[in-house]
Amino acid sequence: MLPELSRDEILRYSRHLLIPEVGLEGQRKLKNSSALIIGTGGLGSPVALYLAAAGIGRIGLVDYDTVDSSNLQRQVIHGTSTVGKLKVESARDKLLDLNPGIQVDIYNEPYTSENALRIAQDYDIILDGTDNFPTRYLTNDVAVFLGKPNVYASIYRFDGQVSVFYAKEGPCYRCLFPEPPPPGLVPSCAEGGVLGVLPGTVGTLQATEALKVLLGIGEPLIGKLLLYNALDMSFDFVKLKKNPNCRVCGPNADIKELIDYEEFCGVPSHDHEEGSAGANWDITATELAERVKTNHLKLVDVREPHELEISRLPDAVNIPLGQLAARLAELDSAEEMVIFCKSGSRSARGLELLASAGFKKVKNLKGGINAWAKEVDTNLPIY
Amino acid sequence: MPVLRIPTPLRAYTNGQSEVNVNGSNISDALTDLTMQYPALKPHLFNEGGDLRPFVNLFVGENNIKDLQGVDTPITDGEKIMLIPSIAGGGNVA
Repeated sequence: MLPELSRDEILRYSRHLLIPEVGLEGQRKLKNSSALIIGTGGLGSPVALYLAAAGIGRIGLVDYDTVDSSNLQRQVIHGTSTVGKLKVESARDKLLDLNPGIQVDIYNEPYTSENALRIAQDYDIILDGTDNFPTRYLTNDVAVFLGKPNVYASIYRFDGQVSVFYAKEGPCYRCLFPEPPPPGLVPSCAEGGVLGVLPGTVGTLQATEALKVLLGIGEPLIGKLLLYNALDMSFDFVKLKKNPNCRVCGPNADIKELIDYEEFCGVPSHDHEEGSAGANWDITATELAERVKTNHLKLVDVREPHELEISRLPDAVNIPLGQLAARLAELDSAEEMVIFCKSGSRSARGLELLASAGFKKVKNLKGGINAWAKEVDTNLPIY
Repeated sequence: MPVLRIPTPLRAYTNGQSEVNVNGSNISDALTDLTMQYPALKPHLFNEGGDLRPFVNLFVGENNIKDLQGVDTPITDGEKIMLIPSIAGGGNVA
């Protein structure tokens, strides 16, 4: 039995009730449905706002982070007044202001193999708004094991991808991407960034797909992948088929339960710690400031050239990480060296590269130039 | 000539080019030509054994070459080939 709509709800949703494809019955279906949104960031913001506005009866939000002012360029569910607050609380308050008639359940925890099935089992649909490979594979596998549709979207700079992975009716995420790129080949770290409006465009497409699936109308992107590019303003579609060798949804699937996704992807799913190359290879910003007073140290900045316009250390040479392997001849392995980037992850990869090339006197600036800006030179901007 | 669309994450290795004209009558030849033109792309597409990496998806028109004839899939003049990357994004920069 679908729930009835109150007099207030009929007024609130009147623009839906006027569409024959939704109508009173469709709106009651939405009221009766539930959606779990993994991540309340760039994609999660528009997804949650529009699903709440549309009258989805119960929305679950999973995130473990707090709102930072660098989020607000794109994460429009949060605001300046909620900087420092838990993202799930900031988002819940906004959703309930937008639509007090819905229920919002919050999970202030990382989405992991330990809690994911428990959290997801009571929802009709899952929306993947995460920002890393381990959580994407986890989200996929949970959806496959629970037999639920996974509305997928991901973004990079000006590009977006959207699909509905629903193993009961079509391919899953692993059918398309059986395994993640090795960590060294993931471009999002070295050259990341995203146009703030991009997750708005892509997230609203994701919300659209969720509503279509819940209402049972139109042609959801099952077996299709949408590729959007904001610069070209292009929308391309490709066909996706079930992979007969898929390890989670194929006929001979050998993955029957959740695995260790960080190990599978070779990267952490929670990248908020400062980048580190390991205790033996790290130097803190405060230590470095002391060392340069008395010693000559060569400073190697592996960020992209445009990042130097934001902040730079005097006398540092710039060799973007992508060029480091080809430009080793410019460095002297006998010289003491400190390698750094924005927050220490890219430089840790650079250090690995240098170490494997025989450089022994290299240290990684833990936390990168942002740590220097926090601990040593507070006039330097943090980004 | 067939045209190969390069996704944003890989444009760093094609001098920013979003489309590259490639010679060849099948995908294998087209990729050989592509990596001759832009050698820095090679490790992103092929593993050490010379096989296409599993996360690299190539589509001819709307279809994945895995559902056609793999790297032997024939291509014709002017045909659009798309390289579809695995992106996690995000937008966090380390």
